[in-house]
Amino acid sequence: MSEVAGTRDPSLVEVGAVVSARRFTWLRTTLVEAWRLRVTKIGALIVLFMVLMATFGPLIAPYSPTELVTTSFGPPSTEAWLGGDSIGRDVLTRVLYGGRTVITLAVAATSIGMVLGVTLGLIAGYARRAWDETIMRLLDVVLSFPQLVLTLLFVSILGPKLWLIVLLTGVSHAPRIARVTRAATVDIAQRDFVHSAESFGVARRRILFGDILPNITSPLLVEFGLRLVYSIGLISALSFMGFGMQPPAADWGLMINENRQGVLLQPLSVAVPVVCIAVLSVGVNLIADGLDRVLGGAERDTGAG
Amino acid sequence: MATLTSAGPPAGTEHEVVLTVEGLTIVLDPSGVNIDDEVSLLIRQGEVLGLVGESASGKTTAATSLLAHQRRGAKIAGGHVTIDGRDILALSDAELRDVRGGLISYVPQDSSASLNPALRIHTQLMEILEAHDFGASSADREARLAEMMAEVLLPSDAAFLRRYPHQLSGGQQQRVAIAMAFANRPKVIVLDEPTTALDVTTQAHVLDTVRDLTRRYGAAALYVTHDLAVVANLADRIAVMYAGRVVETGTRDELFDRGQHPYTRKLLSSIPDITGERALQGIPGWAPRPGQRPTGCAFAPRCDWAIERCGEEFPPVDGPSAEHRVRCWRWREVGSQGAEQDVQLRDKGLALCETPETQVISVRDVIAFYQKKETLHGIDATLCERRCLSLVGESGSGKTTLARCIAGLHPYRIEGDITLRGRPLERDARDRSRAERQAIQYIFQSPYSSLNPRKTIRQILAAPLKVFFDLSRDEMEDRMARALEQVALDATLLNRYPEQLSGGERQRVAIARGLAAEPTVLICDEVTSWLDVSVQAAIIELLAGLQRDMGLSMLFVTHNLALVRSISQEVAVMNEGRIVEFGLVDAVLDDPQADYTKKLLSDTPTI
Repeated sequence: MSEVAGTRDPSLVEVGAVVSARRFTWLRTTLVEAWRLRVTKIGALIVLFMVLMATFGPLIAPYSPTELVTTSFGPPSTEAWLGGDSIGRDVLTRVLYGGRTVITLAVAATSIGMVLGVTLGLIAGYARRAWDETIMRLLDVVLSFPQLVLTLLFVSILGPKLWLIVLLTGVSHAPRIARVTRAATVDIAQRDFVHSAESFGVARRRILFGDILPNITSPLLVEFGLRLVYSIGLISALSFMGFGMQPPAADWGLMINENRQGVLLQPLSVAVPVVCIAVLSVGVNLIADGLDRVLGGAERDTGAG
Repeated sequence: MATLTSAGPPAGTEHEVVLTVEGLTIVLDPSGVNIDDEVSLLIRQGEVLGLVGESASGKTTAATSLLAHQRRGAKIAGGHVTIDGRDILALSDAELRDVRGGLISYVPQDSSASLNPALRIHTQLMEILEAHDFGASSADREARLAEMMAEVLLPSDAAFLRRYPHQLSGGQQQRVAIAMAFANRPKVIVLDEPTTALDVTTQAHVLDTVRDLTRRYGAAALYVTHDLAVVANLADRIAVMYAGRVVETGTRDELFDRGQHPYTRKLLSSIPDITGERALQGIPGWAPRPGQRPTGCAFAPRCDWAIERCGEEFPPVDGPSAEHRVRCWRWREVGSQGAEQDVQLRDKGLALCETPETQVISVRDVIAFYQKKETLHGIDATLCERRCLSLVGESGSGKTTLARCIAGLHPYRIEGDITLRGRPLERDARDRSRAERQAIQYIFQSPYSSLNPRKTIRQILAAPLKVFFDLSRDEMEDRMARALEQVALDATLLNRYPEQLSGGERQRVAIARGLAAEPTVLICDEVTSWLDVSVQAAIIELLAGLQRDMGLSMLFVTHNLALVRSISQEVAVMNEGRIVEFGLVDAVLDDPQADYTKKLLSDTPTI
């Protein structure tokens, strides 16, 4: 489209830059408002703590994650505060190392799911009719497999590769995200400002990402939080089942698997990674909950418009 | 309607006062911001008091407090509401349940939301009679129920009563709500804009019903509305509210003929006049929202009469008589000026344009569908150069469908020809050429929906400029500033978001966006229906001026016949997907030929 090419005029890029700074203002107001709620504050502190632990944990860890420090399932001692694991490595050190993978993989997988799901949902919700039906029914097929089964199916065929796990987790999120996106898009696509853009002849792609997407960020932000929780669980589960991180890597999910035979001898070797996964999930969930309250409330207030 | 024009005071001279409101003050709860400030009203038996105000004037909040009800976040901070000697605000919850629906009842704005969709009409009506122990037996109640249905001119046969609310039309639903309100023969009835969502014809019937019932039962009615034309035909006395305060009260004639407050005067000249004898004049600016109201008289910033004192101190209650009260420092001076009677100048020698060269848009034998249903049945219409054609009809008449067909926004099947300067137009705007898309600009009904809430005014105005022109950044800024200037807005608004603007300002931005494309045809779809009357008048003035000065051809879609004379030269009346009458405005309105046009004219409330 020749008229769209005109917008690539370099002089306009600056206008765009000013604009994105303003859109950021809206996001910031939302975050500030969410921060006022106690749930968000607690959630954010938890997540912050877990992220800091995962990032800087390895720096303060007393040993190397593969170093044999005590006996197999050695009890807590002054050398190993949280005791030893199945082959005598330090549980504390391995917990400090083991968060990185879960968090990065979960964030990456969720992001892939968001990009896929949001794009498909926007197209389905805006195009309606044949495209809508085709996309949503195909996604229903994906949706009919439990997420874990879907991922296991491919991992067991193609082997436990990290990129594959991230990709599959993302793909398995896409249908749910697409549903949320589609529902929000259908509502926004009926608004007159979309018709106005259509009457000017603005390109469909620009209407989708320029006009509609900024108006559905609220439900998507909440959805991102929720999907992140599921990603953490799913990736930990895969590691637990031996399809995720491979020994001798330190990973919370993997630790639970390695140490489960000694759960009675050295309960901390299983309990600590379990608690870490749980606390991280709860923290993310609380943030999503807080955002939902702020954004949901705002949507209801302006619902008439 | 013969009955519509005969709204004199009720028979008999001195009726007892049923309802008094004294010094009612309502605040927002944590902030303490005033919504209503010292509102005082009184209504006598059999009398209708019209409570008139624009949006955010606090009229609905004041009205619901007569039932001791406040919306969430609002709190009554002072004052008394007395009905029949009982202090309503002092009642306990149990007593209130007894009083509401019995002594005092309420008809909400949107009856479809107030009727329970899961209950049959009979069940709902019976429920309110039973709740207040009406009559001695269920036979009594059944008799009353049949009587109620007759009163609101609805059938009372078993088949009708077995219906659910969604099986009734909007007018029927509102009648059921009115029947419920009058069920227990209340002393006071509060009607909160009950006809806003209805067509003029249905509105006329509902207003008749309200007046009849008020008389018959000697109830005191408070009729809340933003539409002075409606109360002109209904109310005995009128109270005008502005920014949470009652600025003037008096009988209908006192206010309409000898209004003493500048706001009342201005409001009257904002009302479109179907006879076209009075020029339409808007009030600059808009009514302030709670929390943004200036000190002193809140109207002062928009008032031609304002003096220094107005900005400092809110004037006390004063006025020419005990019944006609005004709150204005200069009411004597305002009142001594006769009402302005500008006669609108119209070129009487105007003729219908028939020559093909002057035709900009031509619609020939257009049939349009909504999904699979045919909604336009063979439309022929012509829009000429430098002319404004009004397209008038009730909801469902197909007027918006036709406008959208021309704009290329109708998503379903269209047959027939729509041409722009003789060249056929594609059905979908996307398939039209850039020049064609630029030539026809569409202004949408609701400025709350037509401006993207996540974009600044700058981005909104940039959209047509980017698509239609290749401009440098400076040229863009120039064009935007000029577009805003054309609609009398300041260029400083460019960095704002739509939610930071008032409804009138938003609609101006939407118009500026259309103008920025430099169109030859402007299609305005009910562009004032979401706006207050004073703002509506200002927008109409603006559009009429733009059309004249820029030589635009304009298609003005409206349901309000009274607006037609203020803006257009030609009018087409639509009903059920057909144009039933077309001609010059004066010819059609002075001497309507089609029965439908006649009915529409007689149902349109006038002052």
